[in-house]
Amino acid sequence: MKPVISVSNLGKRYGRVVAVDDVSLEVFEGEIFGLIGPNGAGKTTTMECVEGNRVPEKGTISVLGLDPRRDANALRQRIGVQQQEAHLQKRIKVWEAVDLWRSLYTRVVDTDALLARLGLEAKRNAWFMTLSGGQKQRLFIALALIHEPEVVFLDELTTGLDPQARRTIWDLVTGIRDRGTTVFLTTHLMEEAERLCDRVAIIEHGRLIEVGTPDELVRKHCPEQTVVFTSDDADVAARMQTLGVVERAEGSAGTYTIRGAGDDFVTEVINFIAREGIRVRGFRTEMPTLEDVFLKLTGHGIRD
Amino acid sequence: MQPRFLRGFWKLTWVETKIFTREPMGFVGTLVMPVVLFIVLGRAFGSAKPVNMTQVEIPFNAAILAAVLIAISAVQSLVAIISIYREGGILKRLRATPLSPVTILGAHVVVKLIFTVMSLALLLLAGRRLFPGVMQVNVFSFTVAVLLSTLSILSLGFVIASVVPTARFAGLVSGATLYPMLALSGLFFPVDRLPRALKALAYLLPTTHAVALLDGVWDGSGWGAHWVDVAALLVLFAAYTALSTKVFRWE
Repeated sequence: MKPVISVSNLGKRYGRVVAVDDVSLEVFEGEIFGLIGPNGAGKTTTMECVEGNRVPEKGTISVLGLDPRRDANALRQRIGVQQQEAHLQKRIKVWEAVDLWRSLYTRVVDTDALLARLGLEAKRNAWFMTLSGGQKQRLFIALALIHEPEVVFLDELTTGLDPQARRTIWDLVTGIRDRGTTVFLTTHLMEEAERLCDRVAIIEHGRLIEVGTPDELVRKHCPEQTVVFTSDDADVAARMQTLGVVERAEGSAGTYTIRGAGDDFVTEVINFIAREGIRVRGFRTEMPTLEDVFLKLTGHGIRD
Repeated sequence: MQPRFLRGFWKLTWVETKIFTREPMGFVGTLVMPVVLFIVLGRAFGSAKPVNMTQVEIPFNAAILAAVLIAISAVQSLVAIISIYREGGILKRLRATPLSPVTILGAHVVVKLIFTVMSLALLLLAGRRLFPGVMQVNVFSFTVAVLLSTLSILSLGFVIASVVPTARFAGLVSGATLYPMLALSGLFFPVDRLPRALKALAYLLPTTHAVALLDGVWDGSGWGAHWVDVAALLVLFAAYTALSTKVFRWE
């Protein structure tokens, strides 16, 4: 796969505050790449430098083979941008915004179909200020897609939205990727990153600390898995402890918590239960998430 | 190939014009208020059939005051809009499109000039009806002079818009800057009688030259006699524009 974005040794300070410190990354064609980290970690600054909307202090950036600052005009025709907490004129109508954006690009899509796809056709004549949070974000997605860009930048797309609106947006974003557009997004929501991203980069205090697929990162940093089951059989914990994959088995008649690691852990536990004829009333697995990875790597939760 | 600043320029200007008319306060305020003030002042001072508003009944020319107020309210409205757009991230969003910075701000200037002309037309119509025989001014010359004055004061408006920290302060700061400028403008008493320091300040303000030019056009003394004021308005326009490109903040 060829990278559509390459960043090497990017650095940016605001006064004496280091916002981005020596960040290098690559985004490949057709993937959803997520820059994840807490607020103030340097996500937006990194993204804005890549878009060409902020001047970096150090490092080199290439997007679609272009320099975002030097070739800004050419690049703007080929990338789509959605900014964090963006607004339009309060009293601009949806169709007026779409019409204005249309006039700025050399190649444009069928905007009626685009508005329909984003569920905005009924809001064509509505003022921007009357739209709900989810509708505003969908309009910004429409504006970012109006010229069929090759790369779309989405900055904290679902912040402040209710769970239902968030899910709608997630489906739209995977739709964008499925149509062949590369997506570069930032989020501080680990669930969002896990649901959407093909690859993620974890950033903290302006530095990248890890890059990989969500699955890879979980396996690498948080291999421990947990099985919890309820059974009236006595003494199960001690018997389970003999299994090689089990690190710790706890509990007595009632609820048992079994911890272990490895790809075969859950299978081995199930096989053991079957083999021993243990009567089980409830069974669930607890898998580590990106949230756990983040906690492990940084020593604190993302919402701190 | 069209120049880059024309990309989206007329569309943006048209959209901003429509948006402005949807804001009742701003729309009515900038369009009608100076005209209302003119009528009130004209009636108060010149109710007994004003023969010559410039010399006899009124201690100052109400029409010129109203014309300068039209320009100032345009500037105030511009400062408010720019600061609201900046605070709301609208400027930042527009800047991330292929629109050039000149286009984004230039569209607002054109909108303000359009409404200046409309307000001025209202003023002249009201004047002709209410004070017949008084408004003998050359409409075209007066309009051009008001537009030039507005443009020059607008460029100072961009400097103000650059330093105003939040939209909440915009009205306050622009009001506190623009209206005192009227006191030094020569409209109420001659600039020559000001103390030396204030006199120097007065000549750095576009309003002073605007009043001098408008006075001249009103008297019918023509552009040739006031080329110094025209040049001063243009020089100040260039200087304030240059300054605002240095200090203007988009976010």
